[in-house]
Parts: sequence; C-alpha cells; structure tokens
Amino acid sequence: MDTFDWIVTGAKAAFLVVILLHVVPIMAWVERRGSALIQNRLGPNRVGPLGIFQSLADAVKFIFKEDPVPGHVEPFYYVLAPLVSLVPAFMTFGVIPFASSIQLGDRMIHFQVADLNVGLLYVFSIASLGVYGIIMAGWASNNKYSMLGSLRSSSQMISYEISMGLSVIGIVMVFSSVKLGDIATQQGELLTHFGPLLLPEALQFPRWGVFVQPVGFLIFLVSVFAETNRLPFDLPEGESEIIAGYHLEYGSMKFAMFMMAEYLNMFTASGLLATLYLGGWQLFPGMGYVLHEVQAYFQMSALAGDWTRIVFEVVSFGIKVGFFMWFFVWVRWTLPRFRYDQLMDLGWKVMLPLSLANILITSVFIFFGWV
Amino acid sequence: MLVKKKKGIFQEFYLVEILKGLYITFKNLFFARKVTLQYPEERRNYSERFRGVHYIKATNGVENCTACMLCPTVCPAECIHIEAGERADKEKYPIRFEIDVLRCCFCGMCEEACPKDAIKLSSIYEMSTTYREVYDKSFLLEQRGNK
Ligand code: SF4
Ligand code: SF4
Repeated sequence: MDTFDWIVTGAKAAFLVVILLHVVPIMAWVERRGSALIQNRLGPNRVGPLGIFQSLADAVKFIFKEDPVPGHVEPFYYVLAPLVSLVPAFMTFGVIPFASSIQLGDRMIHFQVADLNVGLLYVFSIASLGVYGIIMAGWASNNKYSMLGSLRSSSQMISYEISMGLSVIGIVMVFSSVKLGDIATQQGELLTHFGPLLLPEALQFPRWGVFVQPVGFLIFLVSVFAETNRLPFDLPEGESEIIAGYHLEYGSMKFAMFMMAEYLNMFTASGLLATLYLGGWQLFPGMGYVLHEVQAYFQMSALAGDWTRIVFEVVSFGIKVGFFMWFFVWVRWTLPRFRYDQLMDLGWKVMLPLSLANILITSVFIFFGWV
Repeated sequence: MLVKKKKGIFQEFYLVEILKGLYITFKNLFFARKVTLQYPEERRNYSERFRGVHYIKATNGVENCTACMLCPTVCPAECIHIEAGERADKEKYPIRFEIDVLRCCFCGMCEEACPKDAIKLSSIYEMSTTYREVYDKSFLLEQRGNK
C-alpha cells in the first residue's frame, strides 16, 4: 500500500464512521416517532423541527448522568462489557460495499472500506462476537435477571446463527463468491431463467438475491431479527419478564453504548440484507435511465459522469438500507414477543430444516443450470 | 387447561398474518387520528364538578367562613387546621386557616360539609411545587374559580 491507498482507505473509513455515528441518533428518533405514530400518539416533537434533535438532548442527558458502578458487580467485566458489544458493531460494516468502483487515473477505487476475500465470513464472525458483550454484562452484573437475559441471548444466537449461515450458503452457491463486492456486482446481471423456464427478453429482471433465493431471503430476514435482539425476538431484554435483561444494571453512557450497539447491528444487518438480496448498490429499475438523462443533459465529462453514477448508487443503497431499518421498527411495533419455547421451536424445527432444504434445492437448480 | 385451537393453514404459516398486522400498523401510522393532547397548548375540558385547589369564598372581601369547625371534623385526611377568633362585632372567624395539601385527598367533603358555602374546590389542577406546601389563609382567600 502506498500513500494514495492509505489516504483513500482512511477517507472511506472516516466517511463510514461518520455515517455510523449518525445512524444511531436518527434511528432512535425514527423509532420513537414511528412507534408513537403507530400507537396513535405523537411522540417527541418538541426539540427542533419535528423533534429531530430529541436524540441530541438524550445524548446530552446520557453524558451528564451519574455513572455509578453498583457494589455487587464484577467491576472489570462490568465496565468492559459495553465496549465488547459496541466495538464489533462498528467493525462489521467495513466490508459492505456502498457503491461500485471508479477509475481515477490508472487506479480503481472500490467504495468499500475493505474488500476482503472472506467478506461474508468476516461479517458473521465479527457479528457473533457481540454476544460476548451481552454475556459478560449479564454475568458481571451479578443479578439474576441480567443472567437470564444473557443466557437467553446466547442460546438464541446459537440457534439462529445456524439457520442464518445456512440460508446465506444459497447465495454463495449462486454467485460462487463470498466477496460482498462480487455478490453485489453479479446482481446487476439479468435473470434469464425462472426455474426451468426461459424468460422472454421483456420479462427479464435484475438477478437480485431476493428473486434467486426467496426462501433464503425469508430465513435470513427472520434470523437477523433474532441476531439483533429485536422484537419479536427480543427475549434477552424482555422488559415485562426480566425487566431489561442484560443491561439492567447499567446506566448513563454505558447503557447508551448497549443501545448504540443494538442500532449499529441493525444497520449492519440492513446493509447485509440489501447487499445480499436487494442488489446492494445496484440502481433501481428506472434509475439507470434517469442517470443517463442527467449525464446527457449536463453534458458531463466521463469523470463527472462517473461521480454522478456513484452518487446515484449510494442513494439507491441508502434507500434499500433505509427500507430495512424502517422494517425493523415497523415489525417491532407490530408483533408481540415470542414465547421462549416458540422461539426455539421456530429456530430448530422450522428454520433449520427449511434452510437445509433450500440448499438442496438450490444445488439441484445449479446442477441443471437454472439460476 | 391448554385448549388446542383449530387453525387454518394460513394461520399456521405466520407470514400471511404478519403481513396483515403490518398493514394494520401502516394504516395507523398515517391515517389514524392521533389521541395525544399537546398539554401546555391544548387542555382537556374537565367537568364543572372537578375538585382541584381549595379556596375560601369571600363576600365583599371578607371570608364567608365562621370557623364552625365542620370541615376539619369531616376531613378524612385531617389536613385542615383552623384557629378560631372573634371579630369586634362578636362574629367568629378563622385567625389561621391552613390546609396541608400534601395530605389532602381532594375528596370534597369539606366543601359538602360547609354550612356557609365558604370552602370550595376550584377546577385548577396545576399544583405541582418544588417544596412541601401548606396552604395558608392568605393563599386560600385568593378567589380562584367561580363556583
Ligand atoms: S378535600 Fe377532603 S381531604 Fe381535602 S381538605 Fe377537603 S375534606 Fe380534607
Ligand atoms: S366548614 Fe366552612 S365555615 Fe366551617 S370552618 Fe370550614 S370553611 Fe369555615
């Protein structure tokens, strides 16, 4: 790596960190306003226009709150736990591409902090580190409710990580790569087959993961809810049963860190969903036409045209991620919490066999060259 | 007892039901009437009989109360304290009239018991303070509400 690479990577990382830091307050606001509107209330609407600065006020409150360490906890692990869950949440988004690439001189710049050749595996391995924070928090809190919360969390993670991983294998098989950049690029091609049927030219639509792997998409979507501890699978927190679960003993900024980790995990999960199943940065149908019109109208040079394309791609990726973020909130305020045995039933008796069957069927399809 | 309900294939397969639920919440999000009352600007209209902060009715600037002690007697919270005195024209009147509002349960018994129509409960309900308050006579003599 020379200086140029360092600068580019640094800039991309900085961009991403800024985005990630902004996601949390905005999502907190969306969550509160959204939940309120769904429940026929208004929600926080006083601080700033539409209450958008409410999260800032909350942040100030969190920072200035007293930060006690209760006497009965294990102080070292108690303080470490929020960090352990926050850091992996920040790390995962690095491999998700948020736009394609651009030619600058003789160099290619990929809009992805690190195009690891184990991309997908990296996401899974780092994302599952987050559960250590939760387990540590529960154990160090020395409180039975926290303990229950972290126990639930770990067993839930184990059960759903399996079906999550297996559901992604379908995608990996179809696109024969675990590099997220490759997967996103390949989704720009057209889908020529519908099962054994050859599609006519007019009916060909982009080869997005959701069309190639509909069952895999469903399994992944459901597992992601369990992985991020969101309702209907938020048993580790379960306010009504175990008060607040693993972060029961935490206050002020330490609590805020758990919350940030939750929202960042949501963001990464949305990014992953968009990249794997909705074509990542691929433009929406119709946007390509608009892009050409814009480029032609302003008579852009090749470079300016390329940058416009990048902007379009970032916007399109943003819309997809935003949709999933909203979907998380929307589902949270629609569905009640699962019972614990139902959760386990669903995980082991439905999702696991389904994802295995999905792999089998996908391999049959691939064998016959249908996808 | 666990009753096994008969479920159709669609209920068994959650997704359809989930989509229905999502549709309902989506409708609520945009089209439902919001019930929030934006308090300082909007206020709820309470009934005329609402029991709020006390006051003692005065006629021509003189309190109606004759310190008959009916209200401290009837008060279930025992929070009215009256020290009776005598005016120059031999009329009995309260020298001190205190209501320990922290103990008051706003039952309105005092209002009901009063033969002189003196103690009243107004319809004011904003009475939060930063200290423990005992309403004294001068405070009570401010005429709030017009019951
Ligand atoms: S309202 Fe009831 S409790 Fe309050 S002072 Fe009157 S009688 Fe006592
Ligand atoms: S009952 Fe009426 S008149 Fe008698 S002491 Fe109470 S307020 Fe005064």
